[in-house]
Amino acid sequence: MSYMKALKCRECGKEYAKEALHVCELCFGPLEVIYEYDKIKEVLTREIIEKRAPNMWRYRELLPLDNEPSVGAQVGFTPLVRAHNLGKALGLKELYIKNDAVNFPTLSFKDRVVSVAISRARELGFKIVACASTGNLANSVAANAAACGMESYVFIPYDLEKTKIMGTIVYGATVVGIKGTYDEVNRLCSEIAGKYGWAFVNINIRPYYAEGSKTFGYEIAEQLGWKLPKNIIVPMAGGSLITKISKSFKEFIKLGFVEDTGTKVFGAQATGCSPIINAVKEGSELIRPVKPNTIAKSLAIGNPADGYYSAKVMRESGGWGESVTDEEIISAMKLLAETEGIFAETAGGVTLGVTKKLIEQGRINKDESVVVCVTGNGLKTQEALNGHLSEPTIINSRLSEFEDLVKANGKEYVVKA
Amino acid sequence: MAIKVRIPTPLRKITNGSDEVAAEGCNISEVIENLETNYPGLKERICEADGKLRRFVNIYLNDEDIRFKKNLETELKENDEISIIPAIAGGKF
Ligand SMILES: Cc1ncc(COP(=O)(O)O)c(C=O)c1O
Ligand SMILES: [Zn+2]
Repeated sequence: MSYMKALKCRECGKEYAKEALHVCELCFGPLEVIYEYDKIKEVLTREIIEKRAPNMWRYRELLPLDNEPSVGAQVGFTPLVRAHNLGKALGLKELYIKNDAVNFPTLSFKDRVVSVAISRARELGFKIVACASTGNLANSVAANAAACGMESYVFIPYDLEKTKIMGTIVYGATVVGIKGTYDEVNRLCSEIAGKYGWAFVNINIRPYYAEGSKTFGYEIAEQLGWKLPKNIIVPMAGGSLITKISKSFKEFIKLGFVEDTGTKVFGAQATGCSPIINAVKEGSELIRPVKPNTIAKSLAIGNPADGYYSAKVMRESGGWGESVTDEEIISAMKLLAETEGIFAETAGGVTLGVTKKLIEQGRINKDESVVVCVTGNGLKTQEALNGHLSEPTIINSRLSEFEDLVKANGKEYVVKA
Repeated sequence: MAIKVRIPTPLRKITNGSDEVAAEGCNISEVIENLETNYPGLKERICEADGKLRRFVNIYLNDEDIRFKKNLETELKENDEISIIPAIAGGKF
């Protein structure tokens, strides 16, 4: 049973059949999936959701498929960690990390959007899936396409992290590195999508794809005991995730699953690529494209498709946006690892670094609940830490050398007899 | 002032298939009005009812986004070239 009604233009409201469309033919606005909420309200309750398996499909009535998902059945329901140590370091009373660094199967939140996009692409009869990616989407499209036996094409900027490139090729995807930025990759992919008619998950399948991110927000609300956080900090590239987290909270309010307690939504970008943050700070509706230059390559989108709506979400929720430098990103990655044992990728460093800044600026109230969104895994962006961690000490396999080392480190330990 | 205007694929039905048309005007607004006279129906595709440029339509003057100039009031010189480009290009366009 599907509750997906149609596609609707976010700008002029014109409705379209639920096909592989993404742009309004009248006004060029982006299309969004709409649902029959009154019917969902009749069939879905918190108790029903709680009884279902711990994965993102426990919210399937609110996802844009006509049938059961055909790939990614285990995606989602990642831990919401109560971060006492980090909270103490930041002076926060109630801090949580939503940890999609351990999302299945490719260790980023992108598995949420991809399992929806590929399942929908199959419903629409596509045989080949593709994407334009800053890395994590590449991994996820390649893995999930392999899992359902589809051919995949992945287009990336040629200079991504090695791990992200290998972690795409290994699944048998055809990987094309483009000499240029993500925005140039995206432009080419738009042309290819038009000409070849493949399912580009984040281009012609985008209205469906984007809905998958809502599950990140649903899970937070459920894991908080059917409550919304007072503050949430979200990393932004194209700006889709932050928009959909906001939508997920609004939908839960509409369905009566949570109370509207006024969540402030904050956006995070790297200073080397902060077109959305710039607009928020200038109080402007216009997103001026930039040329990215940052170690947070997963967030390096200079011309963000959902930039306007992201800025709107921050503004209307009473939130704000900030950016951090490469040095701040690295030190935040280390802080998270050392206090909570969570190794996030550079994007996580951006989000935590920005959180720290917003607390210092007094924009986040230290007594309120705060959720920091970790969306990708540090093992995939290890090269960003090159030269920023201490080296292991190498010794011979002799007890005396170990004891010299302890002494050299100025330590003293109790020994057993 | 004679201006060259590049037309994106989805609007070429209105320009009888032309990808480039000539128009007259001293600023972008005037060019749009002039286009509407020659190609009725074009204006509503790129402008809201109140005349403002639609959010997901970009107009470039010699490769610069007019939103970062004087928007519809941006002045034009003889032989300037403007391009109308949907912000979300691709797909069936
Ligand atoms: C790890 C990570 N976090 C966040 C994002 C931002 O997603 P969006 O493009 O929806 O803003 C991305 C996008 O590639 C990502 O890879
Ligand atoms: Zn429209």
